[in-house]
Formats: sequence, C-alpha cells, structure tokens
Amino acid sequence: MSKTFPDGTHAVDKVSFSVEPGQFVTVVGPSGCGKSTLLRMGSDLLPVTSGEVRKAEGTLGYVFQDATLLPWRTVQKNVELFCELRGLERKERRRRAEDAIELVGLGGFDQHYPASLSGGMKMRVSLARSLTLDPPLFFFDEPFGALDEITREYLNAELLRIFTHAGFGAVFITHNLYEAVFLSTDVLVMSSRPGRILNSFQVPFPYPRHLDLRFDPTFAELTGEVSEVLRDE
Amino acid sequence: MAEPRPALARLRSSTYRMGPPVLVLMVVLGVWYFISLVILDPDRQFLLPAPDEVLKVGFLNQDNLFQVLEGLLWTVAVSMSGLLIAIVLGMTSAIMMSQAKWVETSFYPYAVVIQTVPILAIVPLVGLWLGFGFNSRVVVCVIISIFPIITNTLFGLQSVPPSFHDLFTLHRANRFTRLIKLQFPNALPAIFAGFRISAGLSVIGAIVGEFFFRKGIPGLGRLLDLYRGRLLTEQLFTALVFSSLLGILVFWAFGLLSRLAVGKWHETT
Repeated sequence: MSKTFPDGTHAVDKVSFSVEPGQFVTVVGPSGCGKSTLLRMGSDLLPVTSGEVRKAEGTLGYVFQDATLLPWRTVQKNVELFCELRGLERKERRRRAEDAIELVGLGGFDQHYPASLSGGMKMRVSLARSLTLDPPLFFFDEPFGALDEITREYLNAELLRIFTHAGFGAVFITHNLYEAVFLSTDVLVMSSRPGRILNSFQVPFPYPRHLDLRFDPTFAELTGEVSEVLRDE
Repeated sequence: MAEPRPALARLRSSTYRMGPPVLVLMVVLGVWYFISLVILDPDRQFLLPAPDEVLKVGFLNQDNLFQVLEGLLWTVAVSMSGLLIAIVLGMTSAIMMSQAKWVETSFYPYAVVIQTVPILAIVPLVGLWLGFGFNSRVVVCVIISIFPIITNTLFGLQSVPPSFHDLFTLHRANRFTRLIKLQFPNALPAIFAGFRISAGLSVIGAIVGEFFFRKGIPGLGRLLDLYRGRLLTEQLFTALVFSSLLGILVFWAFGLLSRLAVGKWHETT
C-alpha cells in the first residue's frame, strides 16, 4: 500500500507485508518515515491512497504512543471502555476487565484514576483495555517511546509474556533497535520518506525470551546488521 | 503525612494567615471613622455614617434588616431562574453547535452579539414586550449570563484530544455515544468553570434588571435605588453587603459543585 497526503507529502511507498497470529513483526525506521501512517492505514483510521488492507475477522488491538486513558474514568472503567463501545453487557465487561487488569499485573489498582498512575502503569492499562476484546491482531505505535529505559525493558518482557499467553499477531513500531530485535519474530527496516521497506530480518530466538538475551553474541550481531541497514540509508 | 502539629504552632500559623487581613480591616475601619467623624461636617455625615451607625440602623433594626432580606430572597429567585434558563439554553445550543459545523458558523456570531450589545440598550425593548416585572428581570439575567456557558461548553466539547477520537473511531462508536461518553465528560471541567462565571453574572443581572423593572416586590437592586433616592445610607450599606455576600456565596457554591463533580480526576481551581 502507499499513502500520499493531500498536501503532496508522499509518506509511504509500496509497503507490503503480512502478519499471522503468533507472529511479532516490528517496523523500525527513522522518525518521520511513515511508520505510524502505516498503522493508521491498516486500521482504517486513514484511507490508503493505493493498495489494500486485508484483515481476518475480529477486532483490532491498538496501543498508541501515549496511553490515551480517559482521565474521568477509573482504571477499571477505562479497561471496560472497548467492551462498552462494542455493546457487551455489564457482567461480561467486568469479568473481562478484571482478567485483563490481572494479566498486565495491575490487580488492586482498578479504582485508581489515570492521573495517579506512572507512565509505565498507564501503558499497561492501555494494553489491558485492548486485551479485553481478545483481538487476533495488535498494533503498537511506539508504546514505550516515552518511558525510561528501565521501565521499557521491564515492559518489553511483560509484553512478551502476554504475547505468548494470548497468541495474537503483532505489528510493533519503534525506533529502538534492541527493543525491535528482542520482541520480534520479524524485523522490517523502513527508509526515510517516502517510506519503503529496505530489508527484513528473521529473529531466530524461541519464546519465552529472557532479558539476558540482549547480551547474547548472536543478538548483538543481528542488532548490528539491522543498524547497518539503517545507517546505509 | 506530617505529624500532627502542636496546638501552639497551629495557632501561630493561623495567626500568620488571619493576621494581615484583620489588620487591613482595622485600618479601613479607622479611616472610615476618621472620615465620618472628623472630616465630614455633622450635617453631611449622612454621606458616610460611622460603622457603628451602619450596624445599628442597617443590621440591628429588625424592620430594616427584614426589608433587605426579603429583597435578597427575590434577587436570589430572579438570578437563579435566569441562571437555570441560561444553563439549559446555553448548553443545548453549544451541543447543537458541536454536532454540526454549519450550526456553529450560523449561530455563534449571534451569541457574540448577545454578549456585546449593551444591556441598557435591550432593556426598553424587553420592558415593552414582557412588562416591567419578574419575567423581564429574568430575561436580563439570561442575556447577561448565557455567553460563558455557550463558549465554555462548546470549547469543552471540541477540545477532545484527537487520539481519544481515534479510539472511538476504531470501535465504531456512533455520534451519540461519542457525545455522551467522550465529549461531554471531557467538557465537564470547562462547563463548570462556565457555570461559575455565569452564576456571578446572573446575580449582577438580577440587580441591574431591578433598576429598570420596578414592578412587583422589590429585590436588592430596587432597594439600592430606593435607599439612594431617600439618602438612607445605612440601609444602602446593608443592601450592598448582602448583594456582595450573595455573589461570593454563589461563586463559592459553584466551585464546590465543580469539585464534587470532577474533583476526583481534574484539578479545579
């Protein structure tokens, strides 16, 4: 698919890939290369200029750059939101919200308001909110970009735990190479605008992965290769 | 949490807080006495009676006090009716403007006109059409207090972050759901801020209205005019104090209401 904005900005050029459940595809690229545009087109938030998006049945999980929690709702009410919009009944909503909050490790915080949570906790609530609909496909738009390194690492591990538990397919946008390689089954490297796919890498490590993987020589080598493709651009 | 402070320290800190305003009050009273008893000739003291005179005639004389209190009651009735109507009309029109751009572009300029036309210029017409009693006073209140409600509600409804809208789009929320579950709660802090401004304005509107619409039982505004005419300066002070108190009370009450409604998640001032 491609995208040209009305002002003539050619943001994405003939990008094509597919994601199956159980696959974790990360897209890395310089800022402004149209990574987010890709996800917005994939979720119908933005019309594609040419090309098409084919999706399996089921809802789409979408975690944005910021947690986008409604400040007037408690954690529990925020997590229930999507079920509410999809018309699920109250009892079912509550059950799913409780499960999702438990899964992201925020049990006991359900009556807190977002303002009293840390950045990392907010992202978890945001994740839990999408998990309630048990989507076969998840989009992540630089969800941990604004977090400090320690929180980011921790949430990477948490995300993988949830990924192996729930078994969805994921498209994850980031500009952090270590994060990309650590999380994914596939890494796509995009060029700067107009965004094209320069190269793709298969990540051979099996799940579950441990954070120590980052210090594995094979890991370092792979990250190095990805970095090289980006640099040559 | 800090340790509970000893009584003495508490007393001292409250002295620091209360001290300066009390001092200012004493200075003002001193100057007041000075002007009233020293500067003014005895036969011109009616211009500024001494504080104790004001207290005696204006507040401790039951007949005088009851007259002002009755006026206060009527002013409260007028201003709160006006405010209620302004809230209903203002919010309804803001919601309609938020739903269709053409409604906003067509009607918003007239909302601004209502705000800018001098109230005195409308008064004769209102009087001609609705008479010179309760109804006309309420209309003046509505005209004076509706604008902040319209603008604040509209601003609140329209200032939803785009990413929140994306969430609702992703899950195919319809227009009504979006309004009820997203735009309206998002607007609440602004709406309450508008109520607070308008509540103060509606008190002013009621008092101003009574200067012109003199039929029926006199409210505070009518009394102010009456006491001025008859040079009853002590009672003029009483009416003045009660109209200020009403304004302060209304402002405070709507602040409290706002904190109760959105204080859990929003920092209200």
